[in-house]
Amino acid sequence: MEGVSVNYYIGLSAILFIIGALGVLVRRNALVIFMSVELMLNAANLAFVAFSSVNNSLDGQIFVFFIMTVAAAEVAVGLALIVAIFRSKKSIDVDQINLLKG
Amino acid sequence: MTTDLILFLILAAVAIATAVGMLLSRNAVYSALFLVLNFTTVAVFYLLLGAPFIAITQVTVYAGAIMVLFLFVIMLLGSEKLPERTVLPWQKPTAVFLAFVLMVEGAYLIFTQTASGIITNNPVESTGSPQAIGELLFSEYLLPFEVTSILLLVAMVGAIVLTGDRKKGGQS
Amino acid sequence: MNFSEAANTGYFFGLVPLLVFLPLTGMLINMIFGGKMSEKAVGTVASVASGLAFVVAVLLAYSLSATHGHMQTVHFAEWIHIGDLKLDWTFRVDTLSSVMMLVVSGVGTLIHIYAIGYMHEDVRFKDDIKRFRRFFVFLNLFIAMMMILVSGDSYLMLFVGWEGVGLCSFLLIGFWYDFDTLGQKSTANAEAGKKAFIANRVGDFGFLLAIFTTFWHFGSLQFDKVFEAASAHPDPVVISAITLFMLIGVTGKSAQVPLYVWLPDAMAGPTPVSALIHAATMVTAGVYLVVRSAPLYSLVHGASYIVAMIGAVTALFAATIAVGQYDIKKVLAYSTISQLGFMVAAVGMGAYVAGIFHLATHAFFKALLFLSAGSIILGMERGHHAHAHHDEDHGDGHAHVEHHEEEVFDPGDMRNMGNLRKRMPVTFWLYMAGTLALAGLPPFAGFWSKDEILLDAKLHAEHFPGVYLLLSIAAFMTAFYMGRQIWMVFFGKERTEVAEHAQESPPVMTVPLMILAVLAVFGGALNLPFEGFHNLGHWLEYTIGHVEGLPLDLGVAGISTVLALLAIFFSWLLYGKNPLKAGQADPLKKPLGFLFTGMENKWFVDEGYKAVIIDPFVKLAKFLSINLDWNFWHDWFHESVIYAGFKGLARFLSEPIDMGIINAIADKLAEMTKRSSEGLSRLQNGFVRSYALSVLLGVVAILGYLLFK
Repeated sequence: MEGVSVNYYIGLSAILFIIGALGVLVRRNALVIFMSVELMLNAANLAFVAFSSVNNSLDGQIFVFFIMTVAAAEVAVGLALIVAIFRSKKSIDVDQINLLKG
Repeated sequence: MTTDLILFLILAAVAIATAVGMLLSRNAVYSALFLVLNFTTVAVFYLLLGAPFIAITQVTVYAGAIMVLFLFVIMLLGSEKLPERTVLPWQKPTAVFLAFVLMVEGAYLIFTQTASGIITNNPVESTGSPQAIGELLFSEYLLPFEVTSILLLVAMVGAIVLTGDRKKGGQS
Repeated sequence: MNFSEAANTGYFFGLVPLLVFLPLTGMLINMIFGGKMSEKAVGTVASVASGLAFVVAVLLAYSLSATHGHMQTVHFAEWIHIGDLKLDWTFRVDTLSSVMMLVVSGVGTLIHIYAIGYMHEDVRFKDDIKRFRRFFVFLNLFIAMMMILVSGDSYLMLFVGWEGVGLCSFLLIGFWYDFDTLGQKSTANAEAGKKAFIANRVGDFGFLLAIFTTFWHFGSLQFDKVFEAASAHPDPVVISAITLFMLIGVTGKSAQVPLYVWLPDAMAGPTPVSALIHAATMVTAGVYLVVRSAPLYSLVHGASYIVAMIGAVTALFAATIAVGQYDIKKVLAYSTISQLGFMVAAVGMGAYVAGIFHLATHAFFKALLFLSAGSIILGMERGHHAHAHHDEDHGDGHAHVEHHEEEVFDPGDMRNMGNLRKRMPVTFWLYMAGTLALAGLPPFAGFWSKDEILLDAKLHAEHFPGVYLLLSIAAFMTAFYMGRQIWMVFFGKERTEVAEHAQESPPVMTVPLMILAVLAVFGGALNLPFEGFHNLGHWLEYTIGHVEGLPLDLGVAGISTVLALLAIFFSWLLYGKNPLKAGQADPLKKPLGFLFTGMENKWFVDEGYKAVIIDPFVKLAKFLSINLDWNFWHDWFHESVIYAGFKGLARFLSEPIDMGIINAIADKLAEMTKRSSEGLSRLQNGFVRSYALSVLLGVVAILGYLLFK
């Protein structure tokens, strides 16, 4: 039978997610970290759509739609935050931002 | 090996490659461009999975709007090169190790607990047509849909407040 | 329900607790509100409380006669219930206790009224007006305690009252605790109170032993049960022991040889106290106790004889001392001891009716005498003050003020008096009535009661040899010293200027005296020795069994009357014919010589007690305090054992235990906390990447756990 097992999609989704996570953990540029977060969201979206397709249900796609909306909002606010931080710190290096230090 | 699988593997390779490219690029502009490529590849996957509406949305919203926004900000702030020295020397090796462990765990999960289901590439007879999605959004998911409008409004106001010049705002 | 119906059905017996609680209520009112009440109000409250108790006593007596004298007990409250031991507060109303209740509350009420006038002046002479209220508080408490004593249904309730009246006696003797009898600042009165209390403690100890023995042998303290058990199985040894122990208590409370020494000193209390407590009521408690225990005493002749002899010896001994006294109250005090001796002798011989009869008449005439003496003393005091003012008006004021302060004047000394019948006629006649009653001249009350005692002594001479003789001599002496007193106080010439200025007392004092005088004159009607007039005898028969009403024995009565008249004649010869001059020695001094010196000095009994008992006791106490308490307990035991031992223990506990273990644990815990917090705080480095790494670590760990569990 033709086609691709859903496991392949899940595996791809997992790999993309882990690459995104690595990006969050190892990069110091706040913008790149943010992009990595977007990548992780995309990985999750891919899994959603794959399950939606295999289960013949549209709910997964609706979820993806909402996630995209949230992501758009998040990017708008997040980038605004980064700009605000840059204004005060003159840097987008997250290692310079440690005001939470206990 | 079916054509479906070959197509999947090629696209998957592209997606992973662009993701890794984004991760490793020293310049933020390159990272952004890699990510656009990655998003586009994922949009192709959506098409293959029978979700044309989501695929189009992905291209317009993500690859289009969001990434353009990113690029604007990068241009605005300047894609500075960060110094090599780091205050967290253990961070990188630990992260790589943990990512590897997570990957092993994921692989173990996939190989031991096989999910049944075969996905056929069928971009034409898609179930996720804009019409079907629209019907669902305006019936079953009406309330969340409306709530997202408020969310977007709040995000818009938030962005304006956060980036607005305090002094000017205060004067006007 | 009308009055006689109530009496016949015994309705009034339920009122008996009021005997105790009415005076207590008066006491409480005066204690709580008395500070804001006037003197008159305080005195009225106290007198009304006592008077209502008298009314209750009369109702009880009336009910008793209406119900043919049947003894009644009224259970009031549970007191001590331990196992088989059941001691309750139960009131006992019988003809004997009824007589006591009437005497106590009746005489007590009259003395309360008298005291309003007396204390009004006394507190002013002593310059401490606030103490007026305290006096009436104590007086009411005394009445309540005396009522507990006479109404108790068991030896223990009797003992409660016994101790209560002892307390009141102590409080009232030491009422002017910061003065002496001459009104000078001193602790003499307080020491007199102490002496009374300690002498009574000795007696109370004997009484307690009697109570213990009774309970040990008979298993009960209730009168009826004890008497039943005693008559069912008479054990002469035990009963002798009980009765003799009891006798020690009697000698203490009723001032008999050898514990009488406190009573003369008790005259330090205000005169109403001397009259009420130390003449009329409390000191007769011992007589009451013997009569109450009559079923026990009648079983053992030996003990009874000892009682009778102690009474007779006391009667004579105290009478001899009374002859040699100069203080008007001291004479009466020794007279009281002597008369108590008469009563004790009577009840010792089993002549209970005579004893109680004399108790009642003595309460009348001795209260009268004491109160009259108080009136005389206050009269002298008034004269003293008037005289002092008189002096100041004429002379150099400053010099005389000093003179006045230095002058010590004894208003109670008979040598300072003389011819007072001119100045205080009412008191004179009242005093005469009391004197004739005490001297035993017919038809006064004292004649009948004393004569009955003498007659009993004569009739029982076979079993109680010597008693009649001793009592007869004592009766002679009684008439003599009373005659001496009359001549010295009321006749002859004034021996001091003060006596010339003496003034009569107000009616609030003389009216109660008149009532007492009437009783002293006609009180003999209680029990006349004629057929059909043995009222008291019949009355007491209900309680103590059959009593033979004795007829008048003309021989005995004649002898005693002749003796009394003779004694008064002798006293006239010595003191009346040639009145004593100021500063002149007593005319008896020459003929009697050292005997009179002995009488004057109370036969040196106090000095003897001091040498034989008190001094060795003080020496022993000193020895014990220095050697045992100080050297042994304090120096050695405290320093070496307790202090050093404790120090050692403390050092052991502090160094190895506290510092080594407990403190170390606390220190280590603190250090561990500090270190772990330092380590943990390093995690909180503020880098968001680092936190994300922790999250990833958590994800990996949880996923790993879920997969490989």
